[in-house]
Amino acid sequence: MSTGTDTAAPAVLPAAPAPAEDVRDSAPPPRPVPDLRPPQRAARQPLRALGRRLRAVALRSAAVLALLGLWEAAPRLGLADPTFLPPVSEVAAAWWELLGNGQLGRHTWASLVRSFGGFAIAVAVAVPLGLLIGWYRPVAALLGPLLELFRNTAALALLPVFVLLLGIGETSKVSIVVYACVWPILLNTISAVGNADPTLVRLARSMDLSTPRLFQKVILPASVPAVFTGIRLAGAISILVLVAAEMIGAKAGLGYLINASQFNFAIPQMYAGIVTISAIGVAFNQLLVTIERRLSTWRVPS
Amino acid sequence: MAKIVFEGVRKTFGDFTALDGIDLEIRSGEFLVVVGPSGCGKSTLLDLLGGLSTPTAGRILLDGKPVTGPGLDRGIVFQQYALLPWRTALGNVEFGLEATGVPRRERKDRAREFLDLVGLTGFEDRHPHQLSGGMRQRVAIARSLAYDPDVLLMDEPFAALDAQTRESLQDELRRIWQRTGKTVIFITHGIEEAVYLGQRVAVMTSRPGRIKEIVPVTFGERPGTGNGTADGTADGTGPAPASAAGPQGEDLRSSPEFARYRHEIWTLLHDEVARAQQLEKEEASV
Repeated sequence: MSTGTDTAAPAVLPAAPAPAEDVRDSAPPPRPVPDLRPPQRAARQPLRALGRRLRAVALRSAAVLALLGLWEAAPRLGLADPTFLPPVSEVAAAWWELLGNGQLGRHTWASLVRSFGGFAIAVAVAVPLGLLIGWYRPVAALLGPLLELFRNTAALALLPVFVLLLGIGETSKVSIVVYACVWPILLNTISAVGNADPTLVRLARSMDLSTPRLFQKVILPASVPAVFTGIRLAGAISILVLVAAEMIGAKAGLGYLINASQFNFAIPQMYAGIVTISAIGVAFNQLLVTIERRLSTWRVPS
Repeated sequence: MAKIVFEGVRKTFGDFTALDGIDLEIRSGEFLVVVGPSGCGKSTLLDLLGGLSTPTAGRILLDGKPVTGPGLDRGIVFQQYALLPWRTALGNVEFGLEATGVPRRERKDRAREFLDLVGLTGFEDRHPHQLSGGMRQRVAIARSLAYDPDVLLMDEPFAALDAQTRESLQDELRRIWQRTGKTVIFITHGIEEAVYLGQRVAVMTSRPGRIKEIVPVTFGERPGTGNGTADGTADGTGPAPASAAGPQGEDLRSSPEFARYRHEIWTLLHDEVARAQQLEKEEASV
């Protein structure tokens, strides 16, 4: 849009202000022509953005609505056994009932405390550790294979070990979440530090910046996008792992709710639990995406 | 007294000798261009002077004192601009000032001033990805000037730019140099650029990099050029802002004198380039 007018201007209107770069050529001393394009664009933006947004929302909800429709129709039309897949309206009713009697709130709270607790501990530990390991390249090279090994060992495979060592209570559940969340954050942080633009590091060095300053002003901001990729992965994992852990040995939590409902053949309640978990997952991811955008507005839109 | 002195400087990386027997004196306020074939150690020379690496043998004196590390008395301008992508143009210039003791309130004003000097008034709030290559390099130059180093080290700063942008930035650099009286060491592989910018052009050999010859470049008609300007800056007053080399720049590039200098340097470089290519071929075939 704006590039079109740029290229056309000199040809059609020879007297029109050329882009600043060309102005330099003919007459270096005068000030550059103030750029008038951004304000105009900004004025038109809200309306257009609103239209785009509405369309995007419609487009994105279409598939979800279709799925819900299919879910409602399939059991009613006899395409699926309503005993094992009750229509979505029944699930919604069960969900409402669970919400009303406080069960849903109790289980959700129990799960959130565990998964967010574990997730927060993992972020607090893995980010600084990753920065440290990433900075000392020999350490990164030494630990790299070991970290890959841990990352690729399914956390749930270690659940029995955690239960053996830490018992069946909260500690083992939070610990398994911490364990599972640490690896993606740690590995992404290490590679973020390693991939920091070497020219920027040279620049900082040439300005005689101390190492802590270099970290604060160059490495850390440069690492934000990659670190956040790890954090988002960990966010998804924290819920995934926790639910599985809660299915094995727990008296509360959404994993327990799902498992117990299935056990008692309360199938709509089981689906209500599943839907709640996926809603939490989506919301959590969306929250992290929003934070990420705030922190990296400078990135080249790709 | 010479601003910068290289005394028998040698730099090796393992078995590879990048630089050998570099002896060079640079006056205060001088604009020296170093030109050479690719891989001749031009950038190594700059790294040594910038304090980013240390010579294997010999020493480098800055104001009579040996260079032991990086410092804010030297500003480096990199070919790849090295702008912090998360900061605006203004923020990038301020970055240079944060390393100095300039108080926070003054930084913004100083940064604006230097963006104005490189002709970027009105672009303070743009992020690097919203600026053209030429504008990015202007920001980088403003950043290096902002903390007021005596010496400006420029490592092929215009190599990634298109020809037109490059020429306008060359004019601008000369103008800034004349106005600020900085000592400039400018690395390039472009002969025309070397002749146009330099008061002296040091031609380097390849592998190991040595100074083959230093060609003094003087154009009678160019105002503020030649050996005369350097003296005016020594006492700190700086030369008067000379009229810029806009239209004259074009004339200069097509003048017979310019062609003569270009040919002289081309001849000096020619054998070196051929030799460097031969060496590269041999290496590639091993």
